[in-house]
Amino acid sequence: MSEHIVPVRIYVAVFLGLIVLTALTTGVAFIDLGAMNTVVALAIAVTKMFLVILFFMHVKYSPGLTRLVILAGFFWLAILVALTLSDELTRNWIAPPASWSVLLLSVWGLG
Amino acid sequence: MSTTVQTIHDEAPAEASRVHYLNASYGVKSWLLTTDHKRIALLYLVSITLMFFVGGAFAVLMRLHLVEPQGALVEPDTYNKLFTLHGILMIFFFLIPSIPATLGNFLVPMMVGARDLAFPKLNLLSWYVYMVGAILALYSTVAGGVDTGWTFYPPYSSTYSHTQVLPVAVGVFVMGFSSILTGLNFVVTIHKMRAPGLTWFRFPLFLWAIYATSIIMILGTPVVAITIFLLGLERILHVGIFDPTIGGDPVLFQHMFWFYSHPAVYIMVLPGMGVMSELITCFSRKRIFGYGFVAFSSMAIAVISFLVWGHHMFVTGQSIYAGLIFSVLSFLVAIPSAIKVFNWMATIYKGSISYQAPMLYALGFIGLFTMGGLTGLFLASLATDVHLNGTYFIVAHFHYIMVGGTVMAYLGGIHFWWPKITGRMYPDGWARFAALVIFVGFNLTFFPQFMLGYLGMPRRYAVYPAEFQVLNVMSSAGASILGVGYLIPLIYLAWSMRYGPPAGPNPWRAKGLEWETPSPPPTENFEEIPVVTTDAYDYANVGVTRG
Amino acid sequence: MAAHPVHPPGFAHQFEDMEQQREAGSLGMWVFLVTEIMFFGGMFASYTVYRALHLPAFETGSRLLNVRLGALNTAVLIASSLTMALAIHAAQVGKRKSTIIFYLLLTMLLGATFLGVKFTFEWHQDWMEGLIPGLNWAYSGPYALQVQMFFCFYFFMTGLHALHMVVGIGILTVLVVMSARGRFNDQYYAPLEITGLYWHFVDIVWIYLFPLLYLIGGRYALGGH
Repeated sequence: MSEHIVPVRIYVAVFLGLIVLTALTTGVAFIDLGAMNTVVALAIAVTKMFLVILFFMHVKYSPGLTRLVILAGFFWLAILVALTLSDELTRNWIAPPASWSVLLLSVWGLG
Repeated sequence: MSTTVQTIHDEAPAEASRVHYLNASYGVKSWLLTTDHKRIALLYLVSITLMFFVGGAFAVLMRLHLVEPQGALVEPDTYNKLFTLHGILMIFFFLIPSIPATLGNFLVPMMVGARDLAFPKLNLLSWYVYMVGAILALYSTVAGGVDTGWTFYPPYSSTYSHTQVLPVAVGVFVMGFSSILTGLNFVVTIHKMRAPGLTWFRFPLFLWAIYATSIIMILGTPVVAITIFLLGLERILHVGIFDPTIGGDPVLFQHMFWFYSHPAVYIMVLPGMGVMSELITCFSRKRIFGYGFVAFSSMAIAVISFLVWGHHMFVTGQSIYAGLIFSVLSFLVAIPSAIKVFNWMATIYKGSISYQAPMLYALGFIGLFTMGGLTGLFLASLATDVHLNGTYFIVAHFHYIMVGGTVMAYLGGIHFWWPKITGRMYPDGWARFAALVIFVGFNLTFFPQFMLGYLGMPRRYAVYPAEFQVLNVMSSAGASILGVGYLIPLIYLAWSMRYGPPAGPNPWRAKGLEWETPSPPPTENFEEIPVVTTDAYDYANVGVTRG
Repeated sequence: MAAHPVHPPGFAHQFEDMEQQREAGSLGMWVFLVTEIMFFGGMFASYTVYRALHLPAFETGSRLLNVRLGALNTAVLIASSLTMALAIHAAQVGKRKSTIIFYLLLTMLLGATFLGVKFTFEWHQDWMEGLIPGLNWAYSGPYALQVQMFFCFYFFMTGLHALHMVVGIGILTVLVVMSARGRFNDQYYAPLEITGLYWHFVDIVWIYLFPLLYLIGGRYALGGH
């Protein structure tokens, strides 16, 4: 049984990284970046999630099946969100969108 | 060519003194606190049979009511409760657990060559969770019933219905966890506990079907759980996220509800398809035609089933563009099911066919499931669905699949594995008779409903125009025959447990690890874990050129 | 029949060996976490729909939340994930059981702190301001109706999250008792690891809840609410 043992310094480094990112995301919320506020906040959240998953949850050292299982979970959530939005956001359309950028921006209520 | 390792001793001592899972311990506690997957399977068998007959009783009442255009039996409000409870009990408390929790629980460890599932205590917990859900649902039945339809659409279910919505919603929510625990157990068992030599492409197709079903259970059930949870909150707080007065969208409920409930119909039919592969091969004495195709089709069904839910919502005001996407994907999901039917037919072709009861049920499945599936294509098409939605055409469509398909496969499987489960053989003459009664009764009940739907009779209505009476009476006559047909196996199967002739380890001369143990099996399934060296369905190949 | 091998304590006999048991337990917890992704995901999906349809109302509602307390709680929860990881590490390297118990208790304390801040400061404040939908909703500012929708999401999502924390603290209590009885060592610590996965997952949910609920208001002056 070779269970990889992550050294304490890695855990502490990840912890500090997470705290810094929390401070960052909170601070950025007070700066007006327009549409980018949401993008930045989500990017930081995704980064924090990766840190927790890879190191605290040991997925960096886990077999491929674990990664497949996690991927499946997020993929299926994406199906739920995408196909539901395909209805909720297009009910008032008369014709298909002029461009894909219009479609993407309308997802976050920005278009 | 080598064979699997023999794991039983020849000519065991007299049957009465052999220890097996049924007599290894006695007493109520030994059953209610068991962690043996085989005993848990029997606990489930008793529970779901009870729920089947309660749900069936509601169906009988409905069909009796509908012999008269103005209704012959109950008030319209009561009629609403009848179809609601029939749907809830049959779908959540019978069909969804049926094959997985009974045949799956019994067979999965044996088919992978293990002593039990990965988490036996979670398995027992899943049964208790099921019972809590079932008791809540039955409570709501006697406390006044529910009239929202099994689909619980708000705002009626959240705001305007004065019936026992909350208890039954909690019951369904709770039952969802039973489903999740079962699926979780199967996935981990199949991944991690296969016997040496048992690769993914060597194990029975029943396991592929159960695996695909478990994936759906794991990914879909939580969404309906949170949806019902939110509905419950809205009912309690009188405000919630589906409430139009605060900007909510009742159709969002439908999206989240059907995200699970469409894949749920595949939870109901995939295990039946798995049983089919076992029955067809054994009673044709032939390898399955296209093992890989059948296995991948099961997985394809599991995946694509999550992409089509909007076809239940074509007439709700859903965006036409979303409707387009869902319609195309719905046509796609028919393909893997069709592939399976072709493969079964090709397996039977030039096989050495025998017509015992399990095979009669399997043959019935092929015909009736195909009809149900094909009529689904009418409903996947946007234009025809506008006309057919909300009519008896839909009712007939899903009953052909759920009853003509799943229930037939379930009965076929119960009969096939009955000697293994109980160590007794049932009287096949009576079994074949019952299968025929069920087949005739079923078609007489539901074929007229296709015609009624096409002619425009709405579903969930307590009254109907007088010109539909003849077809309704035919349907009700069929229902009474069908009801009798279901009672017959109840009698002879119970009879066989005490008076049936003892069955040996393999009365059907079938292939599979479960047939290499005594009937009934010992608690630990195998004295030694088998080593597998052959493919599944290693029947003597009758082949194209007859000898 | 082969000689029965000696298995370490904690071995479950449906498995062939401890390795299989450990892998099965880990896979089982990950599969359960996928169900949790879909469970919370249903609410995240609904949130996405309504935010897209009612963005100004959601921004207004978000500004009524206390960013400082939210950020503090985020840090507290991240710290509890660290202490949880350190508890498992202590078992892995064969530290004394008192070390394992120390880190588990610290995790519980931080979790309880999170809940304390949430219930006694944030929710109590919301109650005082009449911001609880269905119970004492009294908000009359702009977008009043859809702001109530936002607060439905706020309470349902953070409430469900808090419920998961309570369950987690309960499980940690059991682990403390098991540790005290000397059940864990460098050969057997699977329950710690599996609970750790659950605890980190609950942390990740909050990592998303914080920006999605607290940080969408466009607070372009410090000293907001």
